[in-house]
Amino acid sequence: MVERVLRAPAQYWMLIMMWVRSSMAYPASFFLMLFSSMVLTVMDFVAIVLMFSHISSFGGFSLAEMALLYATASMTLGIADLFTGSIERVGERIRTGTFDAYLIRPVPAFLQTAADGFALRRLGRPFQALVVMVFAFNRLDLEWTVARGIMLVVSILAGTVIFGAIFVLGAAFQFLAVDSAELANSFTYGGQTMTQYPLAIFGKEIVRAVTFVVPLAFVNYYPVLYLLGKPAPLGLPSWIGLLSPLVAVVMVALASLAWRAGLRRYRSTGS
Amino acid sequence: MGVYWAIAVRSFRRFSTYRIATVSGAFTNTVFGFILCGIYLTLWHERPGLGGYDTADALTFVWLQQGLLMPVGIWGATTTGELGERVRSGEIAVDLYRPTHLLLWWLSVDLGRAMFQLLVRGGAPLLVGALVFDLKFPSSPLAWLAVAAGVFLAILVSFGIRYLVALSGFWITDTRGMEQLALVLSSFFSGMILPLVVFPGGIGDIARATPWAATMQVPIDIWLGRNPGGIGSALLFQLGWIVVLLLGAQLVTSVATRKVVIQGG
Repeated sequence: MVERVLRAPAQYWMLIMMWVRSSMAYPASFFLMLFSSMVLTVMDFVAIVLMFSHISSFGGFSLAEMALLYATASMTLGIADLFTGSIERVGERIRTGTFDAYLIRPVPAFLQTAADGFALRRLGRPFQALVVMVFAFNRLDLEWTVARGIMLVVSILAGTVIFGAIFVLGAAFQFLAVDSAELANSFTYGGQTMTQYPLAIFGKEIVRAVTFVVPLAFVNYYPVLYLLGKPAPLGLPSWIGLLSPLVAVVMVALASLAWRAGLRRYRSTGS
Repeated sequence: MGVYWAIAVRSFRRFSTYRIATVSGAFTNTVFGFILCGIYLTLWHERPGLGGYDTADALTFVWLQQGLLMPVGIWGATTTGELGERVRSGEIAVDLYRPTHLLLWWLSVDLGRAMFQLLVRGGAPLLVGALVFDLKFPSSPLAWLAVAAGVFLAILVSFGIRYLVALSGFWITDTRGMEQLALVLSSFFSGMILPLVVFPGGIGDIARATPWAATMQVPIDIWLGRNPGGIGSALLFQLGWIVVLLLGAQLVTSVATRKVVIQGG
């Protein structure tokens, strides 16, 4: 078991490098796609800038503060999508029967499914998030300490892991309902769209739901509130943002249980 | 004519077989509807009457947008996606020696798809939205007729764009880059990211003149009765783009067909 876990990163790396080489077969097309995926994702932020041509504060957030929320939401989803986003194709594999091939190879089916069609062009989203983040920090008047820097990096990693776990949960659900790939989009892309904005604008019930049910608020909202020194909603303590690594661990445990349960339930279509 | 009707009917039936996919898609559209309502409520609370819309207009915009997204297929649709794939793989040769017109064949396939998605994925989110929020609906039979015409024309405009993107595969080896580019342009200029009425100054004027405006913003404005020049000019605007796009599509089809023959298929 331990040996299997230790081997996993190298196996995953091998699989994704295979897909990277294949995508580089047409370099012009690759760079066009990388560029357009950057432009495509930055349009969401352009929309926020256009909004701010009419308003000066959105739900108590200035443009620079919104930029930080946007950048952290986009960065975490972008990296999670890069490494685990392909897993949503599992339903298609189950339906066509090609999933069987994953079960007989000496690499865990999870790694093969997560690396399936690894698309390096998805780096476009984290790239543009980085640009927006630089813009945000230039405009924000934050006092930087080592602790704050570490906290930002750790919370981005934790947020990435939370989104990654949601991708896996969505994929695990496809063992039950094969054709439901799009359902997970509500929580992944929908979650990213929500977390770009101050969550409090959606109302108390939603804040409760994204804190205690699907912990999207821990992806970036609570950490950013802590970083900006803004109070947390629902009377929650302001240090709640420091809990995101813990939430990430719980989410990984849940996702791993769900994936195993799904795998156990799997019956080949035989086609 | 009968053959194209038969194609459209079969395409409709084909899409009606993906039940779970359809339900999960409609669920996702509904979730996005609620998210966008939260955002727009805040925006219109800060600036009432923004872009000439009142809050009810903005909320109606959200649900119509979520309902029209798949039928109009501005982010690409299964049908034209398959056409692009067939161009890439060479299977298009099979389509070309059928005794039917390539453009009309794929238009029929796409209309069948659009009708199914309009009924299910358009209707369901709108119903949920109308139950929760106070939405606007067209008041007279004539207004409903105008909406139907606007939506139909929007599907034709969107098809024209997607068909051209798919056929670009005859000239470039990999159409995926082109599809991405089309996705960027259609998300931004159709009003999908933000209603075009909110776009300030020159950007707004340009955005409202593009064919993408005719796929989303214009039919929604027909529903709301908010077209700047009235419904007649809105429909004419859509028709104008359809003529341009379908003539372009016809030209590209005949040039591409000749190209295939020259290469020996």
